[in-house]
Amino acid sequence: MSTPPAPTGEAPSPAATPSWTRRHLLGLEDLSAGEITAILDTADSFAEVSDRPRKKVPALQGKVVFNLFFENSTRTRTSFSLAAKRLSADVQDFAASTSSLSKGESFIDTARNIEAMGCDVMIIRHSISGAPQLLSKHVRSSVINAGDGAHEHPTQGLLDLMTIRRKKGRIEGLTVGLVGDIAHSRVARSNIWGLTKLGAKVILCGPPTLVPRGFEALGCEVAHHLDEVLPRLDVVNVLRIQFERQQKGLFPSVSEYFYFYGMTRERLERSKPDLLLLAPGPINRGVELTPEVADGPNSAILDQVTNGLAVRMAVLYLVSGRGPGASKAE
Amino acid sequence: MARAESRLFGSDELGALLDRVARQVAEGRIPGVPLLLVGIRTRGVPIADRLAALIGDGVPVGAVDITLYRDDLGLQGHWPVLKGTDIPFEVDGAEVVLVDDVLHTGRTVRAAMNAVCDLGRPARVRLAVLVDRGGHELPIRADYAGAAVAASPEERIEVRLRPIDPDDEVVRVGPAPC
Repeated sequence: MSTPPAPTGEAPSPAATPSWTRRHLLGLEDLSAGEITAILDTADSFAEVSDRPRKKVPALQGKVVFNLFFENSTRTRTSFSLAAKRLSADVQDFAASTSSLSKGESFIDTARNIEAMGCDVMIIRHSISGAPQLLSKHVRSSVINAGDGAHEHPTQGLLDLMTIRRKKGRIEGLTVGLVGDIAHSRVARSNIWGLTKLGAKVILCGPPTLVPRGFEALGCEVAHHLDEVLPRLDVVNVLRIQFERQQKGLFPSVSEYFYFYGMTRERLERSKPDLLLLAPGPINRGVELTPEVADGPNSAILDQVTNGLAVRMAVLYLVSGRGPGASKAE
Repeated sequence: MARAESRLFGSDELGALLDRVARQVAEGRIPGVPLLLVGIRTRGVPIADRLAALIGDGVPVGAVDITLYRDDLGLQGHWPVLKGTDIPFEVDGAEVVLVDDVLHTGRTVRAAMNAVCDLGRPARVRLAVLVDRGGHELPIRADYAGAAVAASPEERIEVRLRPIDPDDEVVRVGPAPC
């Protein structure tokens, strides 16, 4: 029975103190391995909630979560909304295209107006790198980065880590290939930070125009021939070609890209038999991978979507876990 | 840290309390209805395990983490670490006996009832505790209790159990010295 403030049912040791004290989740770059593991452990607990007949817990009752999406997104926004609803928070969507932003209001003013209505967590997606960091300096709410430019997409990185950890039982010591458009990919950056911090080896692979050598500075190996590195990989994460984010001419044609970097049955046969295949979605069937591979036994694409919900519940729970007194200190 | 401690029950006596609760649970079960023991994390779980061993009959044991159902969530600085609910059996139509170490305010039990009822519709939910120390703040009573102990609001009754703790014992922890 609980006897506030120290319930007898809980181990009172200081070791039980969670290693999460942040108000925002802006990226994986500033997180420690312990903080990333704390999110993944919490997400494992939340995965069970989605298996229940009644998929809801009262943890965030009375909290208000705003989705501020200044860039198109269907699955990430839906996933965040559902995650917030499963925690019993109230969720409000804010679509930039129909707002006063189109009348010239600044992005910070918009956020402050939203906060004046009463808001506890802002989930922001923006085409400009650093927008969530800027926002976090101007609002009292918690800010969660749902993707900023080519900078970071931390919850995608976390759900990839969660999927690897659940499928492989570990992350440390694995060799993980990120294939495709690394230069334009915030998913790649969040993956690189998360994987290297947790002790995996990361190999980036794609044409030199999409995988510049500069990425070696982040502790990765850079390769341009998929067939040479594929047999070494335990996990391959096939990134989408971001047709909307790149200028023309970075590779000669889609069919040539597919010839050199597409994941096919033939390539799978030359890989480790238990190669885990991830793709952040949306996938372009026939560009990054064949439908046969996407739907095959090595693919964990739909597990990623399921785990994404658990990861977002965990992040919403953890950033909300700071009392109002604690947040003033920042 | 220097709070006065006095031992209420030692290892043998704690074993007797467990025997007593196990007997009550076994005698109280509804014939023909599956019985499930659900320990409330943290110390309700090893107690539920021991009760199940005493009752025999392959009674299954689950664990409930009430963190997400607490009425004081957000009142502390940090939120508690989730340890997860693990009830790998149907609660629909079953008799669920919630198991905890100490019954005090009743708030943990309220949260555990909500958590279990989110998993289905049990035929009956009962409460088994090792020690009822009084001080209830909700209309919740133990159906099965090993012992009743009178304690003042400033005191804490702690049940310590192997393997979480070094020894099996129940202690009274006095108010902090002035």
